[in-house]
Amino acid sequence: MAWTREQMAERAAKELRDGFYVNLGIGIPTLVSNYIPQGMSVQLQSENGMLGFGPFPYEGEEDPDLINAGKQTVTEIPTTSYFSSADSFAMIRGGHIDLSILGAMQVAENGDLANWMIPGKMVKGMGGAMDLVAGVKKVVVVMEHSAKSEPKLLKRCTLPLTGAGVVDMVITDLGVFTIDKKRGGGMSLVELAPGATLEEIRSKTQASYYVGNALAAA
Amino acid sequence: MQKVYPDTRAALAGLLKDGMTIMAGGFGLCGVPEQLILAIRDSGVKNLTVVSNNCGIDGVGLGLLLDTRQIKKMISSYVGENKTFAQQYLAGELEIEFNPQGTLAERIRAGGAGIPAFFTRTGAGTQIANGKDEREFDGNRYIMERGLVADLSIVHAWMGDTEGNLVYRKTARNFNPMMATAGKVTVAEVEHLVQPADINPDHIVTPGVYVKRMVHVPNAVKHIEQRTVRKRTAAPAGTGEEV
Repeated sequence: MAWTREQMAERAAKELRDGFYVNLGIGIPTLVSNYIPQGMSVQLQSENGMLGFGPFPYEGEEDPDLINAGKQTVTEIPTTSYFSSADSFAMIRGGHIDLSILGAMQVAENGDLANWMIPGKMVKGMGGAMDLVAGVKKVVVVMEHSAKSEPKLLKRCTLPLTGAGVVDMVITDLGVFTIDKKRGGGMSLVELAPGATLEEIRSKTQASYYVGNALAAA
Repeated sequence: MQKVYPDTRAALAGLLKDGMTIMAGGFGLCGVPEQLILAIRDSGVKNLTVVSNNCGIDGVGLGLLLDTRQIKKMISSYVGENKTFAQQYLAGELEIEFNPQGTLAERIRAGGAGIPAFFTRTGAGTQIANGKDEREFDGNRYIMERGLVADLSIVHAWMGDTEGNLVYRKTARNFNPMMATAGKVTVAEVEHLVQPADINPDHIVTPGVYVKRMVHVPNAVKHIEQRTVRKRTAAPAGTGEEV
């Protein structure tokens, strides 16, 4: 047992609030848009220069001038606005986006994030990830708890950083961690996925973390 | 002063020289000035430094200039979709300077506005900060980034009047407006060429002062990099359904 990709996305959607402006990364984070609660107003930002976008177009209605940051064809909705990439990142760096949900290769207990390069391999580039984690109010990482047998939640990242001290929350297939990045209060395990145990998480986590009272008592 | 040229070759005549820096608008294959890129390819100019968010895909967009080995260096944020790029980079034939996407956009905006440098939190504490001035403001670390200008900017607009006023369409706007301001010379290709007053002045995104030359490209082919659709029978879900 443990959360599936869809369940991880569903858990991440619980971080959405009415009126939020949200940027979703590629992969599992994209699935979060399927779990926006009915009646909640959430505007999705696409960093190439669009705020408020809808589902994929019907076949035959694709517009080459209308794509998201993953270069996928998307659609317009009544609240849509378009702007330049400079305006888009002013929005991101200026702290106007409420929530960024993105994937990661490694997260450290101090909130450091690595998700853009593996030295020695062909490097594709960081795109907008460094801007998002530096500028968005709340940063939530959604990732598998470990890569094969290698832990991804570490004391210190070994890969080049995307941002230093930037992550607020990590949702893995095994549970949810919060990171007190501002006051250096460390990482805490606050939720367990169904079927996951404290022992399993301990064995698959290199980072130090506190166990929330409710979990420790269970 | 006549800004409109009869074709892309004429619009670039006298502007191209080996070793120059060119900014090219576009994000992925969206809003790319591909007709001007084709004319640059045909000119044979080489050792180019190209500033563009991406580098096209094989045989499309800036990928055309990789096939002919006219690019020496790219300044980009993401180049993942191009096999020719990977081959030339791994063979040491092509340099790459990665910039975070927002840093790249802001460097171009700053360059066009005469701002030589600015401070940003993006990249602080990462290898992007290596060799850059750092300062603390209000308790946060910031790194200094330089404004960026180019010998030539090429942009793609949906509509332009003969005065060079430009309007973009949907997400094809992307890097085009900033790049139009940051070229010593800016050449725009426009899908629809109209007369002054045909565009509502309130709707103009790039004022004509930035545009030196224009060319009408009514038959420009547009490409889709990731064609994603939903089935007509499916209820309108979110954007996450991959088909």
